[in-house]
Formats: sequence, structure tokens, C-alpha cells
Amino acid sequence: MTTHQRRPWRTITALSAAGLAATALTACAGASASSSGGKDSVSIAGFSVMQTANKQVISDFQKTSAGKGVTFKQSYGASGDQARAVIGGLHADEVHLSLEPDVTKLVDEKLVSSSWKDNANKGILTQSVVAFAVRKGNPKHIESWADLIKPGVKIVTPNPGSSGSAKWNILAAWGQEIANGGTEADAQAYMKKLVNNVVALPGSGHDATTAFEGGTGDVLLTYENEAIEARQAGADFDYIVPAQTLLIQNPVALTEDASSAAKAFLKFQLSTAGQTDYAKQGFRPLDPSIKVDVDGANDPSDPFPQPKTLLTIDKDFGGWDAANTKYFDEDNGIITKILASAGKS
Amino acid sequence: MSTVTASSVTLGAPRKRRARAHGHLGSGSTLALGVAVGWFSLLVLIPLAAVLVSAGSHGWSGFTDVVTSSQTAAAIRLTVAQAAAVTVLNVFMGTALAWVLVRDRFWGRRLLDLVIDVPFALPTIVAGLVLLALYGQKSPIGINVANTRYAVFMALAFVTLPFVVRTVQPVLETLEHDAEEAAASLGAGRWTTFRRIVLPSLVPAITAGAALAFARAIGEYGSLVLLSGNLPNRTEVASVRILSYIESGDQTAAAAVAAILLVISLVVIVALDIVSRRSSAGGIRPRRQRRGRHA
Repeated sequence: MTTHQRRPWRTITALSAAGLAATALTACAGASASSSGGKDSVSIAGFSVMQTANKQVISDFQKTSAGKGVTFKQSYGASGDQARAVIGGLHADEVHLSLEPDVTKLVDEKLVSSSWKDNANKGILTQSVVAFAVRKGNPKHIESWADLIKPGVKIVTPNPGSSGSAKWNILAAWGQEIANGGTEADAQAYMKKLVNNVVALPGSGHDATTAFEGGTGDVLLTYENEAIEARQAGADFDYIVPAQTLLIQNPVALTEDASSAAKAFLKFQLSTAGQTDYAKQGFRPLDPSIKVDVDGANDPSDPFPQPKTLLTIDKDFGGWDAANTKYFDEDNGIITKILASAGKS
Repeated sequence: MSTVTASSVTLGAPRKRRARAHGHLGSGSTLALGVAVGWFSLLVLIPLAAVLVSAGSHGWSGFTDVVTSSQTAAAIRLTVAQAAAVTVLNVFMGTALAWVLVRDRFWGRRLLDLVIDVPFALPTIVAGLVLLALYGQKSPIGINVANTRYAVFMALAFVTLPFVVRTVQPVLETLEHDAEEAAASLGAGRWTTFRRIVLPSLVPAITAGAALAFARAIGEYGSLVLLSGNLPNRTEVASVRILSYIESGDQTAAAAVAAILLVISLVVIVALDIVSRRSSAGGIRPRRQRRGRHA
């Protein structure tokens, strides 16, 4: 009887121990896989949109003499998550993020050199502009920022609280009011009306596009490249680049212990060939002389029309450090406060 | 998976053995207990402690800052209210579903039995997409709850559906018909039989399922973000606030919100456990009956 009773527990003990051991082993295997970075391998930590965009660039790089035999390890996700993952130990040779403050986090942790912007491209790899996606045929006649705050216009924009890249949209809305000669008070009033028309604040730029495609709202605040990419993938909506808009600049940096292959890859990404590949995906090339046909653009043969006023974060907002504190500070940011008082009558 | 099940069984083992072997743990049992506790600590106790330590790193001010932020307070209120409402719904609908699955014979019953677990199996973001397609602006059935509080309720109802069903179902299956037949033969109506004979046996299972459903609902994120729209003070849930705090680099505030949710969950789980113990005290307990027969 007693031996009979004991046996099941032994089996269970053995099972538990085996389970633990197996878990421990896989955990170790996982850890060692992510920490290896050979001479001919490039680990990229990029923000979500780059997953599609990088495919062509990587394949073209591997056709060059510098890229022959180079293998890639890629990780994509929300920009802020990626920065936190790299700080948490994710191995990366190159980080390509949505906005500068996420690279600054890595500089603070000494993972990226503080001189990462001291180069010809000022640390920027891809750029785009803030755009409006509207329903096919633009039934609500949304052409300008002023049209967004008309009564009854339903706006979808990613949540600037949870998505760093959503800050581009918000700053564009603020900046255009100032560029039109408005005061800070005018801009505040404009933002309040805008926020009142917002019907959804999805967690990320991609979620916002999904919600808009799912039928939510009349207009989606998005980025030109995101709109073009969605249309290339078959999305059935129009997009408008407003006369006043903000230049979106996505930074790139090599980590302190980046492989030599990563350096060669970055050089290729910045070259005419690399920038042409990115342009085909809807990113405005760093060198405006690069001309390329872009499927999914409003006019594929003239895909990137110059807006009347093109705001930049450095020129119009005094750089990201200042802008983050002034607009998005968790306690006193202007936008934080406007959002916190939204939805209260 | 086998480890988890095994551990939960081993946890109960020493108590039984102690009664039999007068306080002596066999070496196998000691090892099992050690492994079980070690495993539980790695997965649950240490991360929980880390959350609490992180939340408390700025003292009480960390908590008061979070609670006095009206946006965060509104998100916590919404989350708790919707989780509670969904739990109540599950208590009734889950029990009814389990009843139908066990007691009724109808075409498609086995299929329904399989499909009930789908909300478990679906990645939550896929669940969100499904819900957006079904109950968003383009709803094929004419129900549009997108970007309203009903969206939060809907998403939570979807992901928590299986809990009560799956805890009540096995108890119903092992419940003997004798007592019900005896009650009926003594003149009790169907409702009286259910209330006095069946229900007391089901209460522990229902409350266990309710606790699981509530705990899941309070931390839910993926399935509701697409449909709810995250509008501050209206449809924004606590997990979205946590994400916002993390994004802005305020780990302490994020941990404080998490700690508040944990405490609320704990209080609810304990309350449900008390309800379960009180109301099952007089009822027929099928599990103990079974155990008695085996001994």
C-alpha cells in the first residue's frame, strides 16, 4: 500500500524536475542565441514599420561585395519597447527607431556613443511627413488642419501616451497653428478642439491604421510612408499631405560594440541605392535629388510633393529634449494636460 | 504544462502524508515540495515582490500621485467596474453554458464544447481584430460598440467566457443524480431542487471561475485596445495607463498602478473564497463523496 502510494509522487517529482531542467535549458539557449554577434552578422533593433521596408534593403545589400555572406538578425516592435529591450540586454549592432528620445535612452545607458549625431546625415536614416488618411473619395472634404476641427469630423490618431511616434502627429497639429501666425493660446484652443473630435487613440501607429481600416473615424492622422505602405498592401483609402506639415525624422545609431558588417550595412542604407529602396516603400529620401516611382503614392511619378510649409523638430520646436518636456511631461506637459481633461464635460 | 499541473498536485501532497506519516516527509516529497515552491517563487512570488518593491520605491507619494491623477483614477475605476460587471455576467452565462453542455443533448454539442476554449487560444490582438470586425463600424450584424465603454465590456466578456464554464462543467459531470431524484420524489419543484441541491455543490466551482475571470479581466490589454479607442476618462483602461507610464519612463507610477490592481484582485479573490466556503458548508460536495468512495 505504502509503496503504491509513494510511486506517483516520485513520478511527479521526476516530472517537475525534468520540466524545470528543460525550461532552464531553453532559457539558457535563448540567452546565448541573442548574445552572439559575429563579424559577418548584423543585429537590427528597429521600429515596427521597418520590418517590411528593410526586406528589400537587406536583400540588395547582400548583393554588394561588402554585404556578401552577411547574415541578419532582426527584431521589430514599438520604438520605445525596442529601446527598452536593448537596454534590457537585447543584442543590437544597429538601432533604427522612430524618434530621437528613444536613442537618447541608449546614450544615457552608454550603449550608444554620445556623438552618434555627428555625421553627414545627422543621425537620421529615414524620413517622412505627417499626413491625413481619409475615406475613398474624401467624402468629408478634409484638405487642411482647419477641416479637422469642424464639428462632426471623427479623428483617429495613435495615443501619444503609449506610442512615442504619435508625438509627431500632435506636434504637427500644434506647429501648423503657430506657423499660420497663431499664438500659443491659439494653438492650445486648436488642440482642445482637435482632441474633442478624436474618437479613438489606439496604442500604436499600426493599431491606428487597423482601427481606421476597420471603419473607425473619418480621418486618420498618420505618416506619409505608413499611408503609402498600407495602400501598397491593398488598403482602400486616400491620403492627403496638408500644406503645413512636420518632417518626421527616424534616427539610426550603431551601438558601441557594433560589428564591422553593421557599419558597412549602415553605409549602404545611406547610399543612393539604399535610399532608393526606402523611397519605394514611401520614405522621403534624405537626398531630394533621388527620383523614383512609388506605387501607392497619390502620384507615383511625383510621389513626394514639397509641402508649402515643412516644419522640423529642431527649427520649430527647439529639438526633442525641449519639446518632450514642454508638451509631453507626465505632470505638466501641455498636451498631457489637454488629454487628461478630455472627455470631461 | 506538465510541471505546472504536477506542482499544484505536489503542493497538496505533504498535508495528506503528514496525517498518515505523523509529520515525516519522505525524501521524494521534500524534493517535490522544494521544486514546487522554487518553481512558484520563480514564476510568481519574485516578480510580484519586484512589482511591489518598485511601486514602493518612492514611498506613499508614488501611490498618491497615481491615484490623484484623475485620468489614471478614471481608468482604474472603469477597469474595476467593467471587470466586476463581466464577472457577474460570467457567473450566470458560464453556469448556464456549462449546464447546457453537461445536461442537454443536442446537435453540435461536442463542437460547442470545443469552441468554448477559442478565446483562450486566440492571441489577444487577434481577438481584438475579430471583435473590431464584428462589433465595429463595419459590423455585419449591425452592432457597433467601437470606442464606447460597451467595447471594453464586450472584449472582457469574450476573453473571460471559458473560465466559469470550465470550472463548473467537471463538477456538474460528477454530480450524482440520486439527490436530485430524491428531492423530486419528495415533491420539490425543479427550481427548488436546483437551488437547494445542485447550486450549493456548484458554488465553489462558480466562485473559482469568477475569481479567474475577474483577475483576467482586470489586467486585460490586447483584446480591447483596438475596439475601445483608449479615450482618456471614457474608455481608457488601467493597463493602457501602465503602458503610458512605461513609455514616458515613469516605472514607479506604472508599478504603482499595477500594485493597486493586484491588491484589488486579491481582495476580490479572498471575498469570493469566503463566499464559496460559507455557501458550500451545507451543500452536497461531490468531490469529497468521490474521495470517500476511493479510500
